[in-house]
Amino acid sequence: MSGPARLLAGSEALAAAMVAAGCRFFAGYPMTPFTEVLESMAARLPEAGGICMNAESELEAIGMCWGAAATGTRAATGSTGQGLALMQESLAEMTLARLPLVVLNMARGQGDYFQTTRGGGHGDYRLPVLAPSDVPEAVAHISLAFEWAEAWRTPVMVLGDYYLAHTHQSVAIPQGPQGPEGTSQGALARPGWALNGSSGGTGRAKLVSPLGTAKQRDGLGGQAGYDLAVHYRACAERTEAMLHAIPPRVESMFLDDAELVVVGYGTPAKYLRAAVRELRSTGARIGFVRPVTLVPFPYAEIARRVRGARAVAVYENNTGQAVQDVRLAVNGALPVEFIGGLSMDPSGFGIAPDLDVRVLRERITEVAT
Amino acid sequence: MTGRKALPIVPTDEPPACGAKLVHDFTPALVDIGAHQLCPGCGEPVAMRAIVEAVAELGRTASCVAVFGIGCSTAFSNNLDIEVVQALHGRAPSVATGVKRSRPDLAVLTVQGDGDMADEGLQEVLHAAARGERITCFMLNNGVFGETGGHMTATTVLGQRTKNTLEGRDSTRHGHPIRLANLLAQLEGAVYVARGAVDTAVNVHRTKRMVLRALRAQELGFTFVEILTMCPTGWFVETTQAPIYLAEHHAAVHSMGVLKDLEGGKDVAQ
Repeated sequence: MSGPARLLAGSEALAAAMVAAGCRFFAGYPMTPFTEVLESMAARLPEAGGICMNAESELEAIGMCWGAAATGTRAATGSTGQGLALMQESLAEMTLARLPLVVLNMARGQGDYFQTTRGGGHGDYRLPVLAPSDVPEAVAHISLAFEWAEAWRTPVMVLGDYYLAHTHQSVAIPQGPQGPEGTSQGALARPGWALNGSSGGTGRAKLVSPLGTAKQRDGLGGQAGYDLAVHYRACAERTEAMLHAIPPRVESMFLDDAELVVVGYGTPAKYLRAAVRELRSTGARIGFVRPVTLVPFPYAEIARRVRGARAVAVYENNTGQAVQDVRLAVNGALPVEFIGGLSMDPSGFGIAPDLDVRVLRERITEVAT
Repeated sequence: MTGRKALPIVPTDEPPACGAKLVHDFTPALVDIGAHQLCPGCGEPVAMRAIVEAVAELGRTASCVAVFGIGCSTAFSNNLDIEVVQALHGRAPSVATGVKRSRPDLAVLTVQGDGDMADEGLQEVLHAAARGERITCFMLNNGVFGETGGHMTATTVLGQRTKNTLEGRDSTRHGHPIRLANLLAQLEGAVYVARGAVDTAVNVHRTKRMVLRALRAQELGFTFVEILTMCPTGWFVETTQAPIYLAEHHAAVHSMGVLKDLEGGKDVAQ
């Protein structure tokens, strides 16, 4: 059930969606364009009975969330690319420790694609990534992210940017989490694995650790008989299962007779879509595909949807990162051209001048002819 | 390399070759597995025992969450029969903050080494203290990164030999040691700050009292106990000489005592 539609900035809408989704612990460190999300959470969370921590660094923000998540509290944090880079070590370890968390990367431009989808952390892990293209979709993604985070006990990332944070859009915020028992807002049950301190002194005390979440009870010593390979293998199998179980999401348009398919993601994809629409109105046979989940990436879906086209063009506001995933999807069947590029305004926030629909139209036309 | 002797591997679960008798039982409630993996002569098991005994004596066995950092003491996250969150190096005070803020009804403690807390995580513990976070942090201070093989930390005393200060720590090249307890005692959010040691029976008992008091005062604000421990392996000294080395070198710089006790109405630091 959703509330009435209201005109909100993306940051406010994200904060409202997190509170509505039952997030009761948020920690962050100011950095544009993430700052306004933190401001909104500081304003909204306490009155919903939650805690918003003004952490002293991104390292501490995610550390605090780590502790809160270990007690079964719905937790979220975020930053922009630079701050996210500081959080990557904890993200990697929290994935292995099986802790749910929702992380917003309000990136500056699209240079963070690799950091977001491959992870900048150490070791062998993946975590789901959603890339909304507008505010209402971002709101829907927040509840989805919490759902996946808890179902798979993993951090989940939502990749936004300056446009998403600062654009005002009319959006309806869901009314509290719709749990299986119809749990009301803020009354979410803590999961069974969560620490509550009560199992100490029983021989069954709980452990939340990246090195394995069960204490070794073989009587031979703390680390004796402890096989880290077993733990890592279990983590890898769970990741594999997760990546298969989460259905990859794709949006597409005008594919029936498309000779050229243009691919883009995130908020720049909105501009791309507009350019494709305008070209269509002039009779050009251009199609449009947008991967909505970046992890798992919709490889098979994209391969299916570009079938029949002569070429694929990928737009992103960087030097070409997602183009690698699109090439994997197409697997040599069609030429895949990169038509994006670096385009930074002097503020450094990635409000790219080449997101002008006229420029996009020219680039697409160049490839199509 | 020639002439290197291959030492036999002795299983630790076999009885010792010499005669020994049990003089006191372990704490059965919380030390779940008797054998630990730390070196002979290490002071950390003694410090850990003081901490878990205090948890049991305060009746917090079933309402306590411990957060461990990275170091030799990490091994205890598996040993102890209390609920544990294993954190990354330096991050334990932040993780403990998240635990305590989410579950204010629980006693929350952290255990970190000096490398973990005073090198990598100095910012975290300072801010947790400044915020007056209602947690108790323990720093097991042996002046070296024991787990990596004995390298210099922020608390290594001048003149001390470590793997990367083989000629001894020299202030002109390696800077001066940080007296962390003294630093924390200045912060208004901290209500109890003390420094003990485990080199003698008397000091073990004094330290145990500090630990008890710190855990009790946790509900009033941030509490901290630094515990000087022996690391004969990292110190290049004989196992039996380690307590003497601690007293003569470490305790000479990191002096023992209660630095701040607002609960008891006195503030020793001011």
